[in-house]
Amino acid sequence: MNRTKGDEEEYWNSSKFKAFTFDDEDDELSQLKESKRAVNSLRDFVDDDDDDDDLERVSWSGEPVGSISWTIKETAGNSGSTHEGREQKSRNNFSSYGQLSKPVSTYSLSSLFKGRTRFGSFQSLSDALSDTSAKSYAPELGRPKGEYRDYSNDWSLSDTVRRLRKGKVCSLERFRSLQDKLQLLEEAVSMHDGNVITAVLIFLKRTLSKEILFRELEVRQVALRHLIHFLKEIGDQKLLLDLFRFLDRTDELALSHYREHLNIQDPEKRKEFLKTCVGLPFSAEDSAHIQDHYTLLERQIIIEATDRHLESAGQTEIFRKHPRKASILNMPLVTTLFYSCFYHYTEAEGTFSSPVNLKKTFKIPDKQYVLTALAARAKLRAWHDVDALFTTKNWLGYTKKRAPIGFHRVVEILHKNSAPVQILQEYINLVEDVDIKLNLATKFKCHDVVIDTCRDLKDRQQLVAYRSKVDKGSAEEEKIDATLNNLHIRWKN
Amino acid sequence: MAAHLSYGRVNLNVLREAVRRELREFLDKCAGSKAIVWDEYLTGPFGLIAQYSLLKEHEVEKMFTLKGNRLPAADVKNIIFFVRPRLELMDIIAENVLSEDRRGPARDFHILFVPRRSLLCEQRLKDLGVLGSFIHREEYSLDLIPFDGDLLSMESESAFKQVANMMIRMKREFTGSQNSVFPVFDNLLLLDRNVDLLTPLATQLTYEGLIDEIYGIQNSYVKLPPEKFAPKKQGDSGKDLPTEAKKLQLNSAEELYAEIRDKNFNAVGSVLSKKAKVISAAFEERHNAKTVGEIKQFVSQLPHMQAARGSLANHTSIAELIKDVTTSEDFFDKLTVEQEFMSGIDTDKVNSYVEDCIAQKHPLIKVLRLICLQSVCNSGLKQKVLDYYRREILQTYGYEHILTLYSLEKAGLLRPQAGGRNNYPTIRKTLRLWMDDVNEQNPTDISYVYSGYAPLSVRLAQLLSRPGWRSIEEVLRILPGPHFEERQPLPTGLQKKRQPGENRVTLIFFLGGVTYAEIAALRFLSQLEDGGTEYVIATTKLMNGTSWIESLMEKPV
Repeated sequence: MNRTKGDEEEYWNSSKFKAFTFDDEDDELSQLKESKRAVNSLRDFVDDDDDDDDLERVSWSGEPVGSISWTIKETAGNSGSTHEGREQKSRNNFSSYGQLSKPVSTYSLSSLFKGRTRFGSFQSLSDALSDTSAKSYAPELGRPKGEYRDYSNDWSLSDTVRRLRKGKVCSLERFRSLQDKLQLLEEAVSMHDGNVITAVLIFLKRTLSKEILFRELEVRQVALRHLIHFLKEIGDQKLLLDLFRFLDRTDELALSHYREHLNIQDPEKRKEFLKTCVGLPFSAEDSAHIQDHYTLLERQIIIEATDRHLESAGQTEIFRKHPRKASILNMPLVTTLFYSCFYHYTEAEGTFSSPVNLKKTFKIPDKQYVLTALAARAKLRAWHDVDALFTTKNWLGYTKKRAPIGFHRVVEILHKNSAPVQILQEYINLVEDVDIKLNLATKFKCHDVVIDTCRDLKDRQQLVAYRSKVDKGSAEEEKIDATLNNLHIRWKN
Repeated sequence: MAAHLSYGRVNLNVLREAVRRELREFLDKCAGSKAIVWDEYLTGPFGLIAQYSLLKEHEVEKMFTLKGNRLPAADVKNIIFFVRPRLELMDIIAENVLSEDRRGPARDFHILFVPRRSLLCEQRLKDLGVLGSFIHREEYSLDLIPFDGDLLSMESESAFKQVANMMIRMKREFTGSQNSVFPVFDNLLLLDRNVDLLTPLATQLTYEGLIDEIYGIQNSYVKLPPEKFAPKKQGDSGKDLPTEAKKLQLNSAEELYAEIRDKNFNAVGSVLSKKAKVISAAFEERHNAKTVGEIKQFVSQLPHMQAARGSLANHTSIAELIKDVTTSEDFFDKLTVEQEFMSGIDTDKVNSYVEDCIAQKHPLIKVLRLICLQSVCNSGLKQKVLDYYRREILQTYGYEHILTLYSLEKAGLLRPQAGGRNNYPTIRKTLRLWMDDVNEQNPTDISYVYSGYAPLSVRLAQLLSRPGWRSIEEVLRILPGPHFEERQPLPTGLQKKRQPGENRVTLIFFLGGVTYAEIAALRFLSQLEDGGTEYVIATTKLMNGTSWIESLMEKPV
């Protein structure tokens, strides 16, 4: 501390700034420190029993023994004394402590970047904000006496700001005229210290009308950014929205308002709040999304109420067999669609919970719809529904299989839901690209498809190679042998 | 423990010593026995500069994590809170202090803000009626923490958002400070992350970069799944497999790690197997030791050999874990798409792999990282493409992510193309960002760190040192933000005489974060024989694409 004090004096004396001397040296404290030093004379630990390897001691979890996070767990758990032994053995604990007395290097990086010393003072910056100067005179405990003298002094504008920056107490009340206040702000901004700027802004916010504050900040962008950050931090949503409105920053205004919904837990209230967001000045694209967000929550509230009732009544088979894992409230649209395909697949389009209704209301693209419905129905192993999903009838009444997502994706999803081989086989056969088809069939062990495809390709070599992959004596092996021995096939290789 | 910090061209250990000294000074101000209550986030960074033993030496008897309600019982005179200046933490502190007041003997409270005091926080404490309870309220400028012999980081969470402020501050502080210190750096290069938004979005392919991508390195520690690290002892039939994550420290103090950390992952396997041969050969030596002297010598080498073997075992396990990921089909597909984007292929259409990722509900961050990469490689997306992606994301992951999409747009990561012009091809060609013939085993160019893509930031640094930026003025005009060069005249007495063949030292400061792959690329340049420049790297945050996007996402309340 003595050293720091010395440095500080040196700084003030050598700098071009006017030197202040503060009488805030706490003698008692430094004495205590001295005595504590004496009492706490260091014991030098010598490792005697550890081997020479340069590895740190590490507990199983990998925390080096004696590291801070390791120790928090240890000392919080018990008295800590049991670890003393371990502690003392741990190597290199004081490797740097021994260098305490060495002169400190002059080129610490932070000294490169900073022009001042740290640990200068410990007065509160916020004292500057005391509403009335009378209050500021009230002594507080733990303060050196000398400090109070400073209140009465009339600091010049730049001195005031400099004092604020050093964390010294300073009253701003005497800056009464608008011009003074703005100069104060500009001085603070020129110091590039966020704390000081914020301190001045809080003062201005209290003493200026909203209109004047906004008007002046509009031409002072740095200070404006600080005010916006400050308002966000303290959650003064109202003033923030006023500010955005004044600045005509419509997108930030809209988003800032919309963000609030995240803080509302009650679904009804959240829904009502979202309703107020619908008219906000979003881009056309985003307006539609916000509208959808509102509509979706509205639907979810209805569905949730009905389904919770059905589930607890215990009369509906689907809820008995597959109890719901969580409420559907606040889930994304696609998740809601999945839910509705799972629990309400057969419902008529008129009901809010029917998949078709969701698809129409939210203009869900075909692809997205088919993917989701497929996943839901496959999970329930409702293969008939899966089949219907891809069956289209043309006007002559012929049926045809068609998949907007491509049958290879269908197969992947079916496999993920552990569909039986017959079902997989059926859809692999619908894959048009032969290479992909073979690949999938091999991956999912649909032997018949592999064998038939090789036969159709007249690819003898591939079939021979596949034979080594199937079980000995299995039906597949037999079929492969039969195919290979079939004299009617004209193999290409 | 910190010896690796002094290996570099500039001895960074002095920095560590300086912050340790300040910590001791603060602790000594609070006389008597102490308990420290930690903001948990800070234990990581503090762990890099001090161990508990240092604190204990200064009468710290207990340590707790900052939590609501009352403090755990502790028979100490002082309670010191080590916290970041954040409002929500102030609320917890006030709760602690108030419940403490009501019971037991009086004690002294202190608060240490890291890295800076904040008016807002003190105001909050005042509003909660506890500000007067604190005797010492100070700040501890743990600004730049030495991570390695050539690496410093501020580890500030929301660094990217504050970049602009930092720039101004640093400029002020540079001009404010006197040149009375001996210059250790010849050049200072400040690189704003805004200049190169591309690099962090790509998947890093160096060993260290992949560890970070897959497991996340925090304050030089990584937590790994424990299965591969189970102690293999005879008779121990794997009955009690550890369930707690294995935590390892990664830095250049470990010889093997120093050798492989910056290599392309494809070159790591061969080094590990060579090392394995050397070590088993060394252990075999014991059969040749015949005389007492020979045996003694062998025994004296044992600890070193055992350490090397342990290190090899660890890194073999890590490499296996990584290989499981990098050989997966999905990793390959993702990498292919990234490389297509970076080499300028099909950046103006909806990408089918990205579409699939959304349909299968892959993690949102992964999706956003890819889309942002596409946007940056196309100087913004076509409105139609952007709208499509946005709708898919909002419908699949939730409408509230409109807020996330907006922050990404504000940060310039995901935006519509302005004026229908794509500048990326010009930048790519002029700066040679895409190299087709990349040598992963014995690299000849920095592009090896991304197996083809040369990080833009590092290429700029490389060109600055030779032949200078005058050659690429056209590209500098296209890149975002202004650029400026400043010369700082030195008093003649301080000018250093350079030995012939001695390299210049450049401090390169990444404002807004740096990735491990970029660090690797800079180390590669430092090691070039005819490079002429060695780099010391400083940054506001060690980051990767995932942690970056995460920091820009709307946090769930």
